[in-house]
Amino acid sequence: MSKTLVWVEHDNASIKDATLSAVSAASQLGEVHLLVAGSDCAAVADAAAGIAGVGKVHLADDAAYANALVENVAPLIVSLMDSHDAFVAPATSNGKNIAPRVAALLDVAQVSEILSVEGPKTFTRPTYAGNAIAVVESSDAKLVVTVRGTAFAKAEATGGSASIEAITSTGDAGLSSFVSAEIAKSERPELTAAKIIVSGGRALRDGDTFEAMIFPLADKLGAAVGASRAAVDAGYVPNDYQVGQTGKIVAPEVYVAIGISGAIQHLAGMKDSKTIVAINKDEDAPIFQIADIGLIADLFNAVPELTGKL
Amino acid sequence: MKIIVPVKRVIDYNVKPRVKADGTGVDLANVKMSMNPFDEIAVEEAIRLKEKGVANEIVVVSVGPAKAQETLRTALAMGADRAILVQTDDEVEPLAVAKILKAIDDEEQSGLVILGKQAIDDDSNQTGQMLAALLGRPQGTFASEVTIDGNSVMVKREVDGGLETVKLTLPAIITTDLRLNEPRYASLPNIMKAKSKPLANKTPADYGVETAPRLKTLQVSEPPVRSAGIKVADVDALVAKLKELGVA
Repeated sequence: MSKTLVWVEHDNASIKDATLSAVSAASQLGEVHLLVAGSDCAAVADAAAGIAGVGKVHLADDAAYANALVENVAPLIVSLMDSHDAFVAPATSNGKNIAPRVAALLDVAQVSEILSVEGPKTFTRPTYAGNAIAVVESSDAKLVVTVRGTAFAKAEATGGSASIEAITSTGDAGLSSFVSAEIAKSERPELTAAKIIVSGGRALRDGDTFEAMIFPLADKLGAAVGASRAAVDAGYVPNDYQVGQTGKIVAPEVYVAIGISGAIQHLAGMKDSKTIVAINKDEDAPIFQIADIGLIADLFNAVPELTGKL
Repeated sequence: MKIIVPVKRVIDYNVKPRVKADGTGVDLANVKMSMNPFDEIAVEEAIRLKEKGVANEIVVVSVGPAKAQETLRTALAMGADRAILVQTDDEVEPLAVAKILKAIDDEEQSGLVILGKQAIDDDSNQTGQMLAALLGRPQGTFASEVTIDGNSVMVKREVDGGLETVKLTLPAIITTDLRLNEPRYASLPNIMKAKSKPLANKTPADYGVETAPRLKTLQVSEPPVRSAGIKVADVDALVAKLKELGVA
């Protein structure tokens, strides 16, 4: 049976949810092994060993892996690929950073952001901002795949009892160092994990108005806040709010699009949401072509009224 | 320092792609093509580094059909110094593109290669990272700020929860994210001037790179269509619908 190595995304304390979707995808390829590379991350390895369906956890604990520096992590992954047939990473910013470097070192083509596993080496993946779905088959001896989290159910985080094996560090490559991180702290749920998302577009006028309109509604619904690329480009909110082809891909239960016209690249990031609600004063806005519930109204009146009535 | 900027000719950002009826791919006949938007940002960043006196030469490279010359001319009109067209009518996968770029870098000896983080046609998001691997260099992907600091470069990166800054030794590879800069438009005099800037014609074979695809595309189809739902008359009706969904 073929063996698949999954890179575990974590912050040295807990596992990021996207990993669980990657495990689900990997389990369709064969036996699942996990790699926990970090610093003082024994707790992560313990949690990883508890994920249902995992056969083994490889643990590399070294300061060189503290911040997932790709120049250090990629050689470590390559060192394990003699005994694995496939490498799988979640299609998060870290996963997208690491996987192609691994693929090139192994001299194999990567299959990016798979939506489904169709066979031992066959996958579906989105191209052209999700406007075309391609079925691709790899001809390489080993596979390197990134997994779109919204397309796979999450593996159960508990119930497993894998063994943990400490592995030798490949050390610091001496090419890069971590300087700092500015991670936004928020009481709201994370975009990619939220059940409800309220997103605003360019029509919100400026940063203050965006906050005044979108945040209270999101808080009333217990929702995460997203934004269109136009709103990010205009500087209303930081880039990590961006939903779309070049931002985050989300698929919540309910997606509320406010003042978002529905450009192709935005739809690519949210059209798999279960229910789409749109509020826009332009009845010809493309967002209404895919919205389940549409309200044609001036958002500056409708949104405060909606927030008040919920 | 020399900067290499690879650019790709892709379907224009504003065009809605149509899948061919026979399911072999996307119909590109008579469709407007442009420079990949992230590559424009890469060209702009290189020009700004040259304007700051950090870089002294910008070489733009495209791997693609004869018409990719137009894309290279656009980059030259923006301010790049010379261009290399590696001409092929095949669809070249990111790994093969990275191998060609490595061979070019071996000749050119760049200090930085700045690439777009992904092309908006295949959405692979691979070439920069692969090139970094092949050259054994550090990579600053999804950059929103680039600062040269002696023998190293500080790269502020767009990551899932916010921003992260890494310090990379030079030479290095950088891939661009949206907020890095706003690309300039080429002026008419510069467009005219670009016509006489040097453009070298090469082929993948000149660099000893095999471009046969490793991934076979079995079928391309339209995604499942979502049909429009209902329109509600006012906020009260919307509240009622949200209550039905159990979210309010």
